[in-house]
Amino acid sequence: MIRLVRRPMPSRGWALATPLLAVLLTMIAGGLLFAALGKDPLVAIRTIFWDPIMGKNAFYYRSQLPVKAAPLVLIATGLALGFRAGIWNIGAEGQYIVGALCGAAVGLGFYPAEGWYIFPLMVIAGALGGFLWAMIPALLRVTFGTSEILVSLMLVYVAENLLASMALGAMKNPDGFGFPGSRNLSQYPAAANLEIWPGTGIHWGVIAALIAVICAYVVLARHLLGFQIKVTGLAPRAARFAGVDPKRLIVICLGVSGALAGLAGMFEVSGPSGIVSIDFNVGYGFTAIIVAFLGRLHPVGILLAALLMALTYIGGGIAEGQLGLPSAAILAFQGMLLFFLLALDVLTNFSIRLGSGQTRGGV
Amino acid sequence: MQRRQFLATTAATALAAATGSVAQAADKVKVGFIYVGPVNDGGWTQHHHEAALEMVETLGDKVEMVYQENVPEGPDAERAMTQMALDGANLIFTTSFGFMDATINVAAKFPDVKFEHATGYKTAPNVGVYSARFYEGRAVQGFLAGKMTKSNKIGYIASFPIPEVIRGINSAFIHARKVNPDVEFSVIWAFTWFDPAKEADAATALIEQGCDVILQHTDSTAPQAAAQKAGNVYTFGQAADMAEYAPMPRISSIIDVWAPYYIARTEAVLNGTWESDNTWDGIGAGMVGIGEISSAVPADVKAEAEALRDSIAAGEYHPFTGPLKKQDGSDWLAEGETADDGTLAGMNFFVEGLTGDIPS
Repeated sequence: MIRLVRRPMPSRGWALATPLLAVLLTMIAGGLLFAALGKDPLVAIRTIFWDPIMGKNAFYYRSQLPVKAAPLVLIATGLALGFRAGIWNIGAEGQYIVGALCGAAVGLGFYPAEGWYIFPLMVIAGALGGFLWAMIPALLRVTFGTSEILVSLMLVYVAENLLASMALGAMKNPDGFGFPGSRNLSQYPAAANLEIWPGTGIHWGVIAALIAVICAYVVLARHLLGFQIKVTGLAPRAARFAGVDPKRLIVICLGVSGALAGLAGMFEVSGPSGIVSIDFNVGYGFTAIIVAFLGRLHPVGILLAALLMALTYIGGGIAEGQLGLPSAAILAFQGMLLFFLLALDVLTNFSIRLGSGQTRGGV
Repeated sequence: MQRRQFLATTAATALAAATGSVAQAADKVKVGFIYVGPVNDGGWTQHHHEAALEMVETLGDKVEMVYQENVPEGPDAERAMTQMALDGANLIFTTSFGFMDATINVAAKFPDVKFEHATGYKTAPNVGVYSARFYEGRAVQGFLAGKMTKSNKIGYIASFPIPEVIRGINSAFIHARKVNPDVEFSVIWAFTWFDPAKEADAATALIEQGCDVILQHTDSTAPQAAAQKAGNVYTFGQAADMAEYAPMPRISSIIDVWAPYYIARTEAVLNGTWESDNTWDGIGAGMVGIGEISSAVPADVKAEAEALRDSIAAGEYHPFTGPLKKQDGSDWLAEGETADDGTLAGMNFFVEGLTGDIPS
């Protein structure tokens, strides 16, 4: 008989090994899926994981990795701080949208003026927009005890409608013949978030993402706030005794993750996307939740996880185009990744025992 | 600075080397399609895809077709197009309005690859645009709706308040009012092109308000299913014929007919005669098809509708012919005057008699 026995402490070894094992199992299960669709599984896996980095035309795909990964890193880093403390911001997608709208509003407001100060102001506006949007669930939670999970999630739909209204109304391009969508900010030099080194895909959002990772690492490893976050997540009662103010922590964690999501949206709307359009948001805020867990809520892990997710997007696109794989198969493939990761978490928290011995340290 | 220039130059050289040069007539072309929805959405994307397959069937082994579905508008679309161009596509059709700027950006990097963008307005030496005069079909639908309604309430499930959709509402309304002065339109903005759940909700809401004819500018068959359940409601197929709901509730349809255009443009690339164009064709040129008017429609009404269709096709009648006023009562078209394409392309107002505002 196989039994699961809870470990006294989560296993560090398994915590590091499970992401790799999850990727491996995803490759195997995904390979079976692709084979069932009549495609060569080895070719499909190679197309997804190898071609974007080393294959023909990799010079282009490599430059797309940071473009796709940067918003994920920015958002997931912020989310992870809250998740560690048991504060669940599920509405990063909404904060991303509002950050983009605020950043774009500043840029469009200055159009067509020139000036070095316009872009920094947009950055501030973007962060502030995301921060304020996240303050709604934070303050409701702190004052009325509402669930920040539900409130932040519901606010995504509010933000989407706000986005549609902006794209169709206030921010509509006056030279756009009545079509929805704003002016293209990436074609307005003072507001454009362009590649810093052409051909590399590295724009200011990528730099901001790296800074966020470093800051989050330092905060978690060295700062009192990091200690408070960790201890709250592990033992909320003990945290209270250690002098942690849970309300303050909720406001800080939601505020920081909102600001980072807002920044991600702002860098996206002024750079790769360029336009405030009805369908501007493509789910980075939700994918970042997967990225945060895939990266074990650790800043460096998140960086790697975001690159892996970006790789599956880019490689998945290549596989769709070259092998004729349906896009649903790629989505299923990405879903498997999260599924295996969560399933394998059992190994981190439990040890497997064979036979029917006495339970030690059971709950 | 030098490093910047170096990187820019190498990237440009590599791009040029990767695509090769296809200026003259070719033996074989690779044609790519970028779709905004899934290829089995039952409407817009599926129709583009079926037209693409028909093009492949017609041109046989002279053409290789690749496609990518469910492509989000924005940087992901740019990547999908770049990928196709890098993989050697000679001609790329981008089949959604939201792909416009991405198409222009990628086209600038691949001067030897031809691009065709559906329903947009930005062109370049290697970017053509194409769209269909769906409003011509809406005129026939409006006529049928005005004749068939008993409650004099007609529901309209609109997608986004863009000129194409507004044109359709105006055209349908003008022709419904013409045959039935008591008719009223209720417009619901779904803010989606394809979302069966939302579309079903919208249809149900309209039916509960007493609408007994429902027009849709969204792509799923969910409104047809809702109407079928209600029993006494008429609908029209959108983008695809949706004949599985004939003869009731679907009494006719507007069908997008892209295949002839896809065949002609691919042949142009094969022959080396492709040039950037701005195509806006209607019933006459065969880009807009009117689906079979079903047996639920009385024979005399059907004959009149077909006569309307034929006069539009022959160019004898323009759906926007004056006298017409705008919703605010101001004059738009004088007696006998017809709308010019510029005004139609950017149409952002309702005509007189329509109630409600265009969201903005």
